[in-house]
Amino acid sequence: MSTTAATVHHTPHAGEIERYTFTERIMHWFTGGTYLYCLATGLAFYSPHLFWLAYMLGGAPSSRFWHPIVAIVFVIGTLWMHSMWGRDMEMTDVDKQWLDRTEAYITNDEEHTPLSDRFNGGQKLYYWLMVYGALLLLLSGVFLWFPEYIPRQYAWVRGVMILTHEVAALATIGGFIIHVYMSVFMVPYSMTAITTGYVTRAWAWTHHRLWYLRVTGQK
Amino acid sequence: MANGPLQIKAISGHAGTVPGKNTSRDYDVCKLIDVTTCIGCKACEVACLEWNGYPFRETVFDNTYQTMPDLAWNYYNLIRFNEVTDDEGNFSWLMRKDQCMHCADPGCLRACPADGAIVQYTNGIVDFQQDNCIGCQYCVTGCPFNIPKFNPTTKKVHKCTLCSDRVGAGLEPACIKACPTGCLHFGTKDDMKDLAETRAAQLREHTSHKDAGVYDPQGVGGTHVMYVLHDINHPERYGGLPKDPHVPWMVRIWKGPLKWVGSLAMAAGVVGVAAHYLRFGPKEVEPEPAPKGGQK
Repeated sequence: MSTTAATVHHTPHAGEIERYTFTERIMHWFTGGTYLYCLATGLAFYSPHLFWLAYMLGGAPSSRFWHPIVAIVFVIGTLWMHSMWGRDMEMTDVDKQWLDRTEAYITNDEEHTPLSDRFNGGQKLYYWLMVYGALLLLLSGVFLWFPEYIPRQYAWVRGVMILTHEVAALATIGGFIIHVYMSVFMVPYSMTAITTGYVTRAWAWTHHRLWYLRVTGQK
Repeated sequence: MANGPLQIKAISGHAGTVPGKNTSRDYDVCKLIDVTTCIGCKACEVACLEWNGYPFRETVFDNTYQTMPDLAWNYYNLIRFNEVTDDEGNFSWLMRKDQCMHCADPGCLRACPADGAIVQYTNGIVDFQQDNCIGCQYCVTGCPFNIPKFNPTTKKVHKCTLCSDRVGAGLEPACIKACPTGCLHFGTKDDMKDLAETRAAQLREHTSHKDAGVYDPQGVGGTHVMYVLHDINHPERYGGLPKDPHVPWMVRIWKGPLKWVGSLAMAAGVVGVAAHYLRFGPKEVEPEPAPKGGQK
């Protein structure tokens, strides 16, 4: 019995702190996976030099068929994410200080990097970029999905929506590149956190001290 | 044309112009539509359907001669009937054969992301290759004439081919073949321009249509379908023929600067984070100090 419970609930090892619940991790990879599919198929439609991505994913007509449907699932995932993280992601004065000193964070100048709570200012910025980006992509994407229903006198709307869709997509891609780089390379053990759900106390103390103090009952 | 088809030079007992007379069917083909002699018989519509193997569509009745509101994926060619009262109160009934204009600068082709879905032949014909079409309908956004139509069942887009299959075999398009009044002509672009200007001059000199002219819009680099219009200053009276069509500037930005700026930015992003790693490296975890109240 105890073995089963340990497997299901993954009792933390000594000195570890739970960073993401099981549901949060499922949600993260759900939105991440659907975003990746839309990114790859979208890039295929973006440039002839990346059209091979569509061949890799089952052919361009299939990519065109599934891109908007998977995108709807991605937006649902984003709303799910918002219901979980929306409150944690609100910008506070601490985050504004952090954002003012982004350069210190980027150059690994820990001494001048303001402390952060569960999420730092940069993570929150990325979060809101993705939430608003997803909504903008959905809004413009609907017009790209069914352009034949736009009456001729509003034909210019098609062009506006394609530009909006592309600019919004490029903005999220910019954030996404940084997000992947930071989690895989720049901040070791972030991937452990978002896969197993746990971080060491030292990791929490280093990267999210205000959160660390809060969850360890020291503040 | 070495083994070209029989081409009519003269017709007995025929009052009108001879279709295709004195024209060579070489490169830069062009269809000329003289709307001033169109009687709206729709023979071209039927010929188009027959040649392309499509059934006749159900028609709608809206108290005019308009049989259906718009082109469709299996209806490439439609006569538009327009009852127009001009500024001086004169009534006229304008008919225009509407189909793909085969632009020299095709917005559909510019917008299309699918490899080989739209081709432009050296003779000027712009042709959709449905085998390569992915059904994204970007061509619908790129077209200034609102021509490409989507088949929701096959998810492919269709439009007039200018009978590329017939022209490739040295024949004229099916609609040309069917026209009973000789208002449709087919030949080289130069010949059609010459014929059109001659006809427009004739209208200006011998009729009350003092503003007659040739519609060959330069905003899209000229078209391989031209019109002779009674009044070249008001093409929009002929059921949505744009006065100065051009590839939408939003499509130009999208397929022009935004494409290379975006690609450059993405590449710079990837190179940038790699450079960051080399310069600053990862953030090391620092050991926490002994907690005041916690256990470790």
